[in-house]
Amino acid sequence: MTNIFLEGGDHAVSHVPVVDPGAADGVLGLLWLVIALPLLGAVVLLLGGPLTKGRIDRWGHLLGTALPIGSFVISVLMFVELLGREESERQVSQHLFTWFETRGLSVGMDLLYDPLAALFLLLITGVGSLIHVYSIGYMAHDPRRRRFFGYLNLFVAAMLTLILSANYLGLFLGWEGVGLASYLLIGFWQHKPSAAAAAKKAFVINRVGDIGLSLGIALMFVTFGTTDFAAISAVTGEVGEGTLTALGLLLLLGACGKSAQVPLQAWLLDAMEGPTPVSALIHAATMVTAGVYLVVRSNFIFELAPVAQTVVVVVATVTLLWGAILGCARDDIKKVLAGSTMSQIGYMMLGAGLGVAGYAFAIFHLLTHGFFKANMFLGAGSVMHGMDDDVDMRHYGALRSAMPVTFLTFAMGYLAIIGFPGFSGFWSKDKIIETALAENLVVGILAVLGAGITAFYMTRLMLLTYFTSKRWEKGVHPHESPKVMTVPLIVLAALSVLGGVMIAGDWIVEFLAPVVGEVEHHEPPLPALVITLIVVATVALGVAAAWFFVGRRDVPREAPQQVSFVTRAARADLYGDAINEGLVVGPGRHLVSGLTTMDNRGVDGAVEGGSSAVGGLAQVLRTVQNGFVRSYALSLLAGVLLVVLTLMVVNFA
Amino acid sequence: MSDFPWLTTLVVLPLLGAVVTGYLPSRGIIARQVGLGVALVTLVVAVVMATQYDVGGGYQFAEEHEWISAFGAHYALGVDGLGLLMVLLTVVLVPIVMIASWHETDPKADVFFAWTLALEAFSIAVFAATDVFLFYIVFEATLIPAYFLIGGFGREGRTRAAVKFLIYQLAGGLVMLGSVIGLYVVSAQAGSPSYLLSDLQGLSIDPTAQKWIFAGFFVAFAIKAPMFPVHTWLADTTEKATTGTSVLLVCVLDKIGTFGMIRFCLGLLPDASQWATPFVVVLALISIVYGALVAIGQDDMLRLIGLTSLSHFGLIVLGIFVFTSEGGAGAILYMVNHGIATAALFLLAGFAVRRRGTALISQMGGIEKVAPVLAGMFLVAGLAACGLPGLSPFVSEMLVIISAFDYAWWAGAVAVTAIVLAAIYVLWMYQRAMTGPTAADLEGFTDLDRREVGVVAPLLVALVLFGFYPQPLLDVINPSVEQTLTQVGVVHEEPTVPAAPATEGEGH
Repeated sequence: MTNIFLEGGDHAVSHVPVVDPGAADGVLGLLWLVIALPLLGAVVLLLGGPLTKGRIDRWGHLLGTALPIGSFVISVLMFVELLGREESERQVSQHLFTWFETRGLSVGMDLLYDPLAALFLLLITGVGSLIHVYSIGYMAHDPRRRRFFGYLNLFVAAMLTLILSANYLGLFLGWEGVGLASYLLIGFWQHKPSAAAAAKKAFVINRVGDIGLSLGIALMFVTFGTTDFAAISAVTGEVGEGTLTALGLLLLLGACGKSAQVPLQAWLLDAMEGPTPVSALIHAATMVTAGVYLVVRSNFIFELAPVAQTVVVVVATVTLLWGAILGCARDDIKKVLAGSTMSQIGYMMLGAGLGVAGYAFAIFHLLTHGFFKANMFLGAGSVMHGMDDDVDMRHYGALRSAMPVTFLTFAMGYLAIIGFPGFSGFWSKDKIIETALAENLVVGILAVLGAGITAFYMTRLMLLTYFTSKRWEKGVHPHESPKVMTVPLIVLAALSVLGGVMIAGDWIVEFLAPVVGEVEHHEPPLPALVITLIVVATVALGVAAAWFFVGRRDVPREAPQQVSFVTRAARADLYGDAINEGLVVGPGRHLVSGLTTMDNRGVDGAVEGGSSAVGGLAQVLRTVQNGFVRSYALSLLAGVLLVVLTLMVVNFA
Repeated sequence: MSDFPWLTTLVVLPLLGAVVTGYLPSRGIIARQVGLGVALVTLVVAVVMATQYDVGGGYQFAEEHEWISAFGAHYALGVDGLGLLMVLLTVVLVPIVMIASWHETDPKADVFFAWTLALEAFSIAVFAATDVFLFYIVFEATLIPAYFLIGGFGREGRTRAAVKFLIYQLAGGLVMLGSVIGLYVVSAQAGSPSYLLSDLQGLSIDPTAQKWIFAGFFVAFAIKAPMFPVHTWLADTTEKATTGTSVLLVCVLDKIGTFGMIRFCLGLLPDASQWATPFVVVLALISIVYGALVAIGQDDMLRLIGLTSLSHFGLIVLGIFVFTSEGGAGAILYMVNHGIATAALFLLAGFAVRRRGTALISQMGGIEKVAPVLAGMFLVAGLAACGLPGLSPFVSEMLVIISAFDYAWWAGAVAVTAIVLAAIYVLWMYQRAMTGPTAADLEGFTDLDRREVGVVAPLLVALVLFGFYPQPLLDVINPSVEQTLTQVGVVHEEPTVPAAPATEGEGH
């Protein structure tokens, strides 16, 4: 195997590791089962319903919960096994079967299990299982609960396929699978036109991103003749930088769609139409982070394509501010959290764009975010549960005593996301900001600014929901949610607090080193402690500002209309939809209606020679074609005779 | 059993069945049962034949008899991988169409079944013909049952649609006739005239003559397939005909177009095919994008589904004319997958239209609530049509896109827009027809019954099965593609930086 050494900027010599897996033996041989269990659940729950006339409705949700837990148990066992191995033995692959093969290319259903995949497996099956448990309570009164669990299982299976695939085509299978599950779950209450429209919007915008991924896969086949991570990582050094830059940008386009990064961000806020556990699992903890996974997994491409890396950093920085600004102006609790998700994924993407120095921190933040954001989304769901599904925070207020468990667990998530010292988000976000500052001062400062805005809007959310005065709708009696919902909240809250332990002794950096490489050292422009203090001070400013503008005052039940331009812009998602409408959807609609008219008149008319001519011809034909078989047979015979005669003429000419 | 005339049996059986079904005195259930019985026996015969097919053995089950020696015309049949799959697609879809149309074509179901069997017989003959003259005759013969199926059954305005269909097809046939005669001239000049494919392939035809002959064939096949700008018969036909007829036309009969391109354009006229490639590729790309955009603009569900095929046939033609083993395999695989997916989509749409009493999407809405099984199956078929991985059209679409990208990056970039446009037309249709509030007058709307579920379920199972495991099909297709590419004289292109094949689970 070739190792590629290159000059990694001015501060370090980095080394892009080659993917070189061994055989999956022992407990790691159970790899396929991790995917198969939830897949089985999806099949049983989705097909079994109609087949048994709904008889499995009574226990369907329990099966749907047990199977991901089974996957989680296997994931833990495999993780323990992996930890017990030598660093060089920590990549294994498993060949299931050949997906398709032509003369020039062969695509296998191959799985790859390495430290990166191991961490994702724990996140997806662990947080996923908790959300399944929570959903038992949350969806208790929904007549289609069995189907909901079927879709959730389908999602988990697809997400695991995405993470475990050993080539880009298998990744694409999972990628589209999670897109489908996301579509089905956003539109779960599809009798609401808004939900159905949001589902379609999400899928279509994701498909725009898929153009990038598809062409990227095509370019890989043309360049390398394969899409296997192992094979490509071994030879990227022999390919021109232009090709790798193109590849990097195409993959980034795909990542932008799935991870709601600017300019393909417009679907995520609408996706909040889905049931809240869906928002927690798919649109916060796992699926939307797939773009980050894609960039980190493709490190062997991005490391050799500095231009593409720079574009990643720019996209990430724009998105982290964009999402944060959206979060400041929204009154819908789920949409604030969605804006915040966009922003936090921006941080992860930033880490990934920074290269070897940032990959591990991107994944670190991805994991802690998975804990605290799932925690807060489920908390929001619990609040909605108690407030008769109202999502408007202007109708909340002073809920801390009515919902103590929800409040306390949510508070842990809150402290984690704003980066309160000691909480998980503090460690992970701090590392990314530190690395960004070392790389580029402007980007670093913007990342610090983002942390301040995050503190502002999250504090605003906390104040509007749990503090300030009661602004409840008439007849609403807030109450704490049942145990089946609060226990997952408590577990996630604990993880939100303690998640930072992964960075202790640089554990996660070293654990991921065989996948993403490691830098020997990097020198931030300021001592790490000073940076931390600056970040904490900015966060404190954000919290204070929120208290000053929101906490001290009376909150009106209706959103004030006399607001500044900035607030109006933020409420309108910074005109993201308007831009799409003006640049793409509007012109597209005109094109379609123009072409449709043209197709009915122009093209048709030209070929037919005018509809009147056809009308006349039809008249003639109608008299000839009187419906008797024999006259048609006769005319065909005449036709054949004509052919024969012509042939004879040619023959004897 | 090797000398058994399998293919003749497959032609004669449904033809006899057509006559019997059509002339049975009873107008009731018996004619339908007989018709279906014949179709099922044909299916069984074809499957038994397929089990004896030797993958990679070239043309098989060959039969050859002198027919009109003056022109060198033969009654010659035989199938390679491509022909075999098309025959199988035909024999599978015919009984499915019959069961799906069980009540739809009352009170003239016996007539419908008879014409369907006749169409099956001629289609199989087209896919099995290894003599150009025979091919031409049966190619034209398919129009008779097709005309009666369109004109006799379906919605108001079907007569006009049937005439339009016939005019287009006859025009195409006429142009092709010129080429058929041209081939004769060429063959006669080279010695004794022969229409046998095997003889014609041995000729080295003068480049100018090749171009003219190519043009004639291509025009006919482009109308049949259909391609932009000779596609306008398609939407009118699918709008007015019954969905059973549409399945037979779009999923079986139209395949003759792309089948003919591979067999005759590439197989017999390789130089002219290469010469025409840039033109055809551009036409295919226009078909892909144009078909999808016009499909988005439709309010009639059956027109919409018809137009999606314009886009899909664009991809198939693109795969054929980029001359790579991936493109060729993708195109042929696409022909099979398109047949399965579009058949499912048409039949399910037909069930919805029949219940709702209109095909206008704007008049539907909220069907999912009252008929979840119908909506669920419709979504699966729709997602297959928009190339979702895990469902079979994806593999073929990906192979075509890769090959198009290999041909020229812009070709790949244009072709790949299909995945976005397809998502729009499928999901927007689904959103408007199936989701949203349920209209009050949907009260009597019942979900699919057993017959309807049972008839579409095999198609959906095939979509999933071949989505994850298309290799059995590709094993049959690959040798056939290699054969064609050898005739064209294309050399396999290596990737820029060939990477070593992955060491799968073998350790370090």
